[in-house]
Amino acid sequence: MAAPTTTAAGTSRVKRTTRWVSWALIVVVAVLAILAETTPLGDGALGILMGKGVLRYTLRAAVPLIFGALSGILCERSGIINIGIEGMMLAGAFGAFVVKAFTGGLPLPLSLFLATLSAILVGAAMGYLHALLSIRFRMNQIISGTALIVLATGLSTYLFNPDWLSRGKFADFAIPLLSRIPVFGEILFTNGFLTYLALAMVFVLQFLLFRSRWGLRTRAIGEHPRAADTMGINVNRWRYINTTLGGALAALGGAFLVLEAVGQFKEGMTAGRGFISLAAMIFGNWNPLGALGASTLFGYAQALQNQLLLSGVTRVPRFFISMLPYVTTIVVLVGVVGRTRAPAAEGEVYETE
Amino acid sequence: MTGIVLEARNITKTFPGVVANDSVSLTLHKGEILALLGENGAGKSTLMNVVYGLYHPDDGEVYVDGQRVHLSSPRDAIALGIGMVHQHFQLVQPMTVTENILLGAEITHAGTPFLDLKAGRERVMQLSELYGLAVDPDAIIEQIPVGVQQRVEILKALYRNARILILDEPTAVLTPQEIEDLFHVMRDLATAGHSIIFITHKLREVLDVSHRIVAMRAGRVVGEATPEESTQASLAEMMVGRKVILQVPKGPAHPEKVVLDVRELSTHAERAGVALRDVNLQVRAGEILGVAGVQGNGQTELVESITGLRHILSGSILLNGVDVSRWTPRQRTYAGMAYIPEDRHRFGMIGAYSVAENLVLNTYHREPFARHGVRVDEAISAHAEHLVASYDIRTPDVQTPAGSLSGGNQQKMVVARELGREIGVLVASQPTRGVDVGSIEFIHQQIVAQRDRGVAVLLVSAELDEILTLSDRIAVIYEGEIIATVDGPTATREQIGLLMAGVRSQDLR
Repeated sequence: MAAPTTTAAGTSRVKRTTRWVSWALIVVVAVLAILAETTPLGDGALGILMGKGVLRYTLRAAVPLIFGALSGILCERSGIINIGIEGMMLAGAFGAFVVKAFTGGLPLPLSLFLATLSAILVGAAMGYLHALLSIRFRMNQIISGTALIVLATGLSTYLFNPDWLSRGKFADFAIPLLSRIPVFGEILFTNGFLTYLALAMVFVLQFLLFRSRWGLRTRAIGEHPRAADTMGINVNRWRYINTTLGGALAALGGAFLVLEAVGQFKEGMTAGRGFISLAAMIFGNWNPLGALGASTLFGYAQALQNQLLLSGVTRVPRFFISMLPYVTTIVVLVGVVGRTRAPAAEGEVYETE
Repeated sequence: MTGIVLEARNITKTFPGVVANDSVSLTLHKGEILALLGENGAGKSTLMNVVYGLYHPDDGEVYVDGQRVHLSSPRDAIALGIGMVHQHFQLVQPMTVTENILLGAEITHAGTPFLDLKAGRERVMQLSELYGLAVDPDAIIEQIPVGVQQRVEILKALYRNARILILDEPTAVLTPQEIEDLFHVMRDLATAGHSIIFITHKLREVLDVSHRIVAMRAGRVVGEATPEESTQASLAEMMVGRKVILQVPKGPAHPEKVVLDVRELSTHAERAGVALRDVNLQVRAGEILGVAGVQGNGQTELVESITGLRHILSGSILLNGVDVSRWTPRQRTYAGMAYIPEDRHRFGMIGAYSVAENLVLNTYHREPFARHGVRVDEAISAHAEHLVASYDIRTPDVQTPAGSLSGGNQQKMVVARELGREIGVLVASQPTRGVDVGSIEFIHQQIVAQRDRGVAVLLVSAELDEILTLSDRIAVIYEGEIIATVDGPTATREQIGLLMAGVRSQDLR
């Protein structure tokens, strides 16, 4: 009868429902995918909706979103709003591209490694800049994040030289045994390095966030920095570290676009993915696993759009189909408002007396 | 009692504009419960934050076990065995009890940065049993009662091997029964050799639990006493610096017709709040109805529903027989409703505005303060001069920004604005929170005076003493419901205390 107890039951019920719905969705998708591959149903609409092609594309579209959302989680869980994911991602893409183009003479693996490293460093620098502006100079974190986007867009456009050429990208490699699993082996276990890295980071971060000392402290300083401070934890130091690492993660999303997906840099090539990552972070309730789910959903919207346009099966004007990923984002965010919970101390500067 | 475990010598700490501690010295013995008594703003918390390493003093030294120590952060204080339970709990709401206790001193699997939550949980249970502080190690903080949250805070300190415990206003959010439990724990801890500094402004508690009493006023230590040689009156005098009337003179009430009639009122539960369920209240002209309850049991929701700051789900609010439950706050103000909000800084005043402007916040757009949409400064100033004089608001002049006044004078300003016009009903929520004793006396007198003029008064307070002193009838609110209404003059602390804890008794009517 007590009010707090009802809330308690409510919270855990929501959690249970979420888990149940997630598993159910996974099973449904799996069954449909198998049907699409193994039965004649796959020749029709089901093939377009759940075929190997669309699912592979989903994962490709999801990877930058996963990196972006993880970046957001890292920053926001420690209390720094990161609206600049788009900028960090773009800077990472550009950083990767420049090094890739200039190390074209080196063996491909080495060149790719250096390009990835460059993206990480550029992203970390962006993250550090964001931390510096928001913590040391107490800039409004939304403004600081926006400034990062403007900075990355401006600099990459200004410095970009279309004559630079990047040759070669991360090739797909099949993971032994796992890639032999019918249907899913080809979707999940025959990919490029950065895709595997994105998936691995989800699980690593999920574990670290809830099972490590760093995770406990990160969550505490994002919720109640003063409580952490009174227990002797250096709030701002962890915020610097997490925001810097967050920048690096977002940049990997950009690196993926250049080094694994497209193979080239284009002005403004992130095309709003940073913002969709932000939506994925919120929809995933600031949890890595949740962000994975949300990114996959948004990735699917994009894949479906692509598939529908290619197959030409509908008479709906293509402009409407192109809206699909964005409409999905809006609808999902509207539906989720009030159900997720942001870290309580997000966006507040922490100062000791 | 042997040995001095903690000593502060000549601590001075200034904040812009105020000297919070002016050469303050204090000693604490092993096994002692020392009450640090003083009004809000006397400098108690500042001194303790210095001892805990949160503030850096401008001058003065701290000694632990006779050794001079430098406390640059709480980490240093913790290492020296000092633990502090803050007035506002320092708990991370969505995390578990165990996670909160471990935070900052985590138990990890040997040689790794990975938490050993199982070992941590066991340690928490062990401490919990050892000191009789019952907690569920797996419970989420925001889902457990405040009394239990406080136990978690104490366990946090004990987990870090604190020998010196600082409890900052620990009783403010507890029911009388929970306070008894806390005192029990404090005595046990002292017997076991822990030393405790107990910060409070509540005289009864000081006499109840402490071994020694030190009083502070305006940043200085102004007196020391033992409970044996003290009375509430002598302590109040020491704390305030003059004789204090603890009991407002008040004659019997002469209630007349019902002015405020709340019927079957229900609201939604918002985050960190409770829902009101079928609340019924009648307040008559010429009586004070006190609403007692532990903070966070629906008082805010009730007051905001009545004043029009919150949407209601169902039910009605009648003012002189007219349903006003869909009216705007301004309409209700015109209809004779006055409101003293619980948080004056957020809802009662605008700090950057002058005293004169604050005094017309609810009438600035009406004659004589405005004409054709333009303010009439002369009328506003004259009005302010009048209220400042009759409500004894200490301010350099009426153009002074309200934010620069002391807490007591800010509150008197709010009271002056609300009571300085013809009203029919007064909704007063925590009208004396964070206010000095002198101002409390004055505000209490004003509330009683309004009653005697025939105003219906709804007084909401978490301070049981305030409720018992002023109320003609007392309604007890518990988790969004009025669980009993009792006669004021005959009510006892124990009876109300049990009701506040949700113990319903059929024979209490």
